[in-house]
Amino acid sequence: MKWILLALLVVAAVLSLAWGPNGFGWPQAWIFWQLRIPRTALALLVGAGLGGCGAALQGGLRNPLADSGLLGIGAAASLGAVIVYYWGVSRLFPPALPLGGLAGAALGLGFLLALAGRELSGLKMILAGVALSALCSALLALALVLAPNPYALAEITFWLMGGLADRSLLHVALAAPPILLGLSVLSGSGPGLDALSLGEDTAASLGYPAAGTLRRIALGSFLIVGPATAVTGGIGFVGLMVPHVMRHFLGARPGALLIPSALGGALLLTLADLVTRVLPFPAEPPIGVLTALLGAPFLAFLLRRRQQ
Amino acid sequence: MISAPGQIAVICGPNGAGKTTLLKSLAGLGPGGVPRPREVAYLPQGAQSEWGMRVAEIVALGRLPHGDRDPSAIAAAIAATEIAPLLGRRIDQISGGEQRRVMLARVLATQAPTLLLDEPTNDLDPAAAHAIMRLLQGEARAGRAVLMVLHAVELALHYADRLLVMQNGAIIADAAPLEAFPIAAQAFGLEYSLDPMPRLLPPLHVVKS
Repeated sequence: MKWILLALLVVAAVLSLAWGPNGFGWPQAWIFWQLRIPRTALALLVGAGLGGCGAALQGGLRNPLADSGLLGIGAAASLGAVIVYYWGVSRLFPPALPLGGLAGAALGLGFLLALAGRELSGLKMILAGVALSALCSALLALALVLAPNPYALAEITFWLMGGLADRSLLHVALAAPPILLGLSVLSGSGPGLDALSLGEDTAASLGYPAAGTLRRIALGSFLIVGPATAVTGGIGFVGLMVPHVMRHFLGARPGALLIPSALGGALLLTLADLVTRVLPFPAEPPIGVLTALLGAPFLAFLLRRRQQ
Repeated sequence: MISAPGQIAVICGPNGAGKTTLLKSLAGLGPGGVPRPREVAYLPQGAQSEWGMRVAEIVALGRLPHGDRDPSAIAAAIAATEIAPLLGRRIDQISGGEQRRVMLARVLATQAPTLLLDEPTNDLDPAAAHAIMRLLQGEARAGRAVLMVLHAVELALHYADRLLVMQNGAIIADAAPLEAFPIAAQAFGLEYSLDPMPRLLPPLHVVKS
């Protein structure tokens, strides 16, 4: 299965590099390096991050509805980026926007861990995440209402919907190190996730206390979701759906789903991004729309087949 | 430790007497406690597992403290609990009694010298409960220390080497089962009799070829 996913991923990545407004073909060097490489690299990175993150969160919180949005770290990153946008710093110094997102995500993680307390449990972490998410969403709504002019409002709204277009190598350089680090942090949580499938007490008796596993997951999620949101805006549904699909094919052991979910997330996001470019819309639809449009029917199909 | 190698010790007492709290703190799961994963295997009350994993995967989780998948330990646990026919099934698609056996197999696969079990026979029909107790008796005879919380005092009379009675957070009796039995009845607020009464007996032991 891993090898099939990898093979599909290579095909998708090559297509993504070669496909442009003029159809299939190898582009000029400038377009290749300035447009296609950043776009493809971000789709792979962010997709892998969100997929792995979803698998870790679902396993760690023992909740099939968990995804990267649940802990509110993405919302905190969005808020940070929007505040920076308001100050106008991002027009003078473009990397300020993603950096603001990272700062927001870091504050969000601190808030989350402080709120959840020292005796960390899955339930406390979910509740703290819901609180953080609600707070950041409220402040974001407030920021939208106070927007200086309609253009700013439109621009922020569009950014919040997420997208991979018009990103540069700088964005890749900002996002790649933390996302890769986050993935490696999460990949170490496999045995802890397996132990947690038996409940928090049993996990502790097996030598994997819930608090340790959950802290690792929170840190890994922050390293992934913060930069991903800061660079590409909010991309939903990848983290929720991909682990379910992998569970269907590979079995339910949470630790065994981490890497396949990362590969699957990268595949889904690359394909979704490819479709946004191929579809004959006047403007490219936000990628989050496509991940849901592609993913939801597939998930529904799998659930239906399981019932039969 | 309360239980000695080779023995089954049973804790009984009314609801809220502190049995589970005592067992958890012995497992190192209380406040400030430190679990000893390779020394003490713990089965919580109503043990469950999430996600509908396969039986074989769940038994293998018992090897987590060792960080290996030692096939001989896993095979021994599967043989002792007689769950070989279930290995490929999903845990949420087998009966309650079978699930109990699987959870016990997970505990045995750790090969810890001490087993702490909270209500391992809860919700089971009498035959399944006797089967579990026999299995644990076998483990104790093989040299493990088994300490369990049990509501079914009659099962304790059959299988326990020691009976501990708890009330209001304190151990009020610790003796051979028949000696401690009147105190247990008192703790439950029940009369007791030692008259012969019609009752279910465990099945005759059948030697398998």
